[in-house]
Parts: sequence; C-alpha cells; structure tokens
Amino acid sequence: MKRIAIVGASAAGLTAAETLRGRGWDGHLTLIGDEPRPPYDRPPLSKQILTGDRPAERAFLRSPHDLARLEADLRLGQPATALDVAHRRVHLGAGETIRFDALIIATGVTPRRLPDSDLAGVHVLRTLDDALALRAALLAGPRVVVVGAGFLGTEVAAAARTMGLQVTLVEPEPVPVRRPFGDRIGALVADLHRAHGTRLRCGTPVRRLRSTGGQVTGVELGDGTTLPADVVVMAVGSVPATGWLTGSGLSLADGVVCDAWCRAAPGIYAAGDVASWHNPHFGTRMRLEHRTNATEQAIAAAGNLLGDATPFAPVPYFWTDQYDTRIQAYGIFPPDADLRVISGDPSNGRFTAAYGHQGVVAGVLGWNNPRELRTLRRLVVERALWTTVTDAGPCPPLAGDRCWESIRPRTLGVYS
Amino acid sequence: MKVIVDQHKCVASGQCVLTAPEVFDQREEDGIVVLLTETPPEHLMDDVRQAATLCPAQAIWLAEQEKQEDKE
Repeated sequence: MKRIAIVGASAAGLTAAETLRGRGWDGHLTLIGDEPRPPYDRPPLSKQILTGDRPAERAFLRSPHDLARLEADLRLGQPATALDVAHRRVHLGAGETIRFDALIIATGVTPRRLPDSDLAGVHVLRTLDDALALRAALLAGPRVVVVGAGFLGTEVAAAARTMGLQVTLVEPEPVPVRRPFGDRIGALVADLHRAHGTRLRCGTPVRRLRSTGGQVTGVELGDGTTLPADVVVMAVGSVPATGWLTGSGLSLADGVVCDAWCRAAPGIYAAGDVASWHNPHFGTRMRLEHRTNATEQAIAAAGNLLGDATPFAPVPYFWTDQYDTRIQAYGIFPPDADLRVISGDPSNGRFTAAYGHQGVVAGVLGWNNPRELRTLRRLVVERALWTTVTDAGPCPPLAGDRCWESIRPRTLGVYS
Repeated sequence: MKVIVDQHKCVASGQCVLTAPEVFDQREEDGIVVLLTETPPEHLMDDVRQAATLCPAQAIWLAEQEKQEDKE
C-alpha cells in the first residue's frame, strides 16, 4: 500500500493522519480539506471563541511545525468533488485527481439551513469563519434569536447571553436538548437558561423569517407572534457531508455506511461525524457528532486500514458547557429510556443520573459533577443491569416529582 | 520527557484519567485535570501519549514535542 488519501482535515482527518504516521506507515499521504484553514478544534467555536474568551488562533489543533512533521501532501481549501472507487481516485474542485490505494473519509457534516438563510443577519455556526462572523455581529449589541435548542443552539444562546445580549431561544420541541437527553433533563436546561435571563419559546415552530431590504428583522412563529431580531442563528441540525460521494457506489444513509470496523468498502474507511457504523457494544448502528468520537474513530479506522481487524465498540462520551454549568454524558440515551438520579440533587445544580434501556444501564449523565461521572462510566461499559440501579435503595423522593427518585450511590459499588 | 497540562483549556472530560490513572487525576470540585507526576516512568509513556491524543480539549502536551516555535 503506497498511497493513502484522507478526505477531511478536521479532528478526525488529522488524527487519522497522525495515527498512520505514528504507527510507522511511511507511504505517500494526502490530507484533503475543503477549508483553507489548517485543522482546528470545533467545540470552542460555540463557547470561548464566540464570547472572545479565547483568541481564534488558539483553536488550531497543531502548529505549522507539527503539521510539517506529518510529511503529508496537504491540500487545504480544495474540496473533494467526487470519488471513483473502481479507479481509486478522488477528484478535487480544481480539476485535479488524487490517486490512492486506501482512503479514509472524514468530511464531517454541514449545517442544515432553513429558507431565507441568505438574508443579512442570519448565521449558521460550523466553521471558524462562521464563529468569527457571528462574534463580529454579536459585538454590535443586537437582539438575538437562536432557532433550534440542541447542543449548538443552547451553547450559542448561552454565549450570547453571557455577552449581555437580549437572547431568545426558539425550539419546536417542548424543551431544549430533548432529543439527546429527554424531557426531564431538557426541563432542567430550560430552567438554566431562564435563570440566566435567556427567553425561551419552546413548543413553537418557526413559520418564516421577516426581513426588510435583505436584512432579517424578526422570526415569525407558528402561533403568529413575531420575535424582533437583528441576528438570527440557525442551529437546526446538520447533515453528513456526503454530496461528493453521490454516484460513487458507496452506501449512503445518514452518512457513509460502514461495518463494525469502520469500513465502507474494501480499502475505504470513514471516521468522525460523517461515519455511520455498527457499534457492537450497544448492538446498534450509530453516527456520532461528538468531538471525542472524531479522535477515537479516526484511530480505529486508521488502525483497521493498517490491518488491526478490531471492531470499533466505544462508549460514546460528550459534553456541553452552558453558562457556569457543565453537562457530561457517557453512553446512549434512547427516548424511551428510564431515568434515575444516582447522586446529588437536580434542584441545586450538581447531580449524576443514569438512563436504563432494555434492562441495562445505557447511559450516565453528570451535571457539574465530572469526577463522579467518570466513576459511573463503568456501569455503561459493563452493561450493568438496570435493576442494580433501581434496587440500590431509594432515598426519599425529591420534592414534587417522584421520577427524580434518588438512590444511594455507594450501594452500587462503583466507588473504589 | 515532561508532561504539561493546561488547566484553562481542560474541559474535565476525564479521558486522561481513564487512559493513564497513574499520571492524571481530576479535582474533586470541578473535574479539572491534576497532574500527579510531571515525569512519568517510561513504561507509562505510551498511555500518556494516548491520553494526549484523546484529550478532547488538547490540554496535554509532552515536552519532547514542544519546539521553540510552539512557544512563541
């Protein structure tokens, strides 16, 4: 195997390249990225970069020296436009073709856009340049409406509110972050935002944007009300960046469809946000838009490309920082999972909780409690029976809500 | 070879403690990284390198990688 191409030069693509080199593979390596920027980190974009707590250059993942040490043919600012599986070629926008013997696809996702998102004042946030443009707009002191209250939307709202702006968060679901975490944690996130003065309009879809002379002026909701706005942030999810793979013959269905070894076809692997694969630990197909997964899956895909033959079976980890609160999670969080508080008290801003699904602990969540959450990860790794959580002996239920039934953590035996 | 951590960049993920518990710990109150030893024994260095790679905040370095131009 003389030539490996990696399409995507963000966290996953960079990690794949470093893994190949770190393991001594010394063939011809091409790293292709659609953005002209060198590889940078995305989690700070919706947090410290937006608020200005961290300068943009601190988002870069490697120094020029470290990139040079990769001894890779870096093709930045050159989007891949097509893949020819049979002839082992990637076509670039400039008309060039890159030959490969093996390929790693790490093209990530692109933000979904609603109609009229080309109006002035309407922003999405995916790239560093998106973040810098949004920050510049926020510095003018606008009225801000954030459409979509997933992780990105809630983080952007928190950042804008922290900058002292008037912020309204709009979400068609009844609570924020409902899809990842369910109704109860979602309600706590809603409380968190209200406590910091962010206005919430949940359970209300957006009907359309209002504008004057090409500049957005407001967001009209399904109930007919209009929220005045100078800046509108569209945080309505994203789609896998697989347009360039149309017609390649690779199976595409919510991302590049891979097997448990992150392999899409012989000699072709995928990693990061774009990869859909079968996770044997949970016995289910998944696609994760988590920072940690980009690194872990890139290591796994590059290793399997080199012959490891190891299924990729991680316990997913992700986190979100909003205001002074850090929510962290291990595992998966199906909508029909049962939920129990393991320790602490949701009403005072520090607790851990477990999600039970199909008789086992599927996920654990920590709210301002990182160290303890880490010890609870074991419940997910070991597929602890859900009865070990529910039978561990309930503490008195918390006021007003018996579903927040707490249990004594030490009886779980997860504390060494 | 020296291990360096940046507590301001750290996001308290605990990935380093899971990977190299002899070298890293977390503060009780907020989970921010605590370095147990700046100069781990050689047999732990593979784990430390892995921890640096896995850190989602890129808050861990090895001094062997730190060249003059990175400091400027």
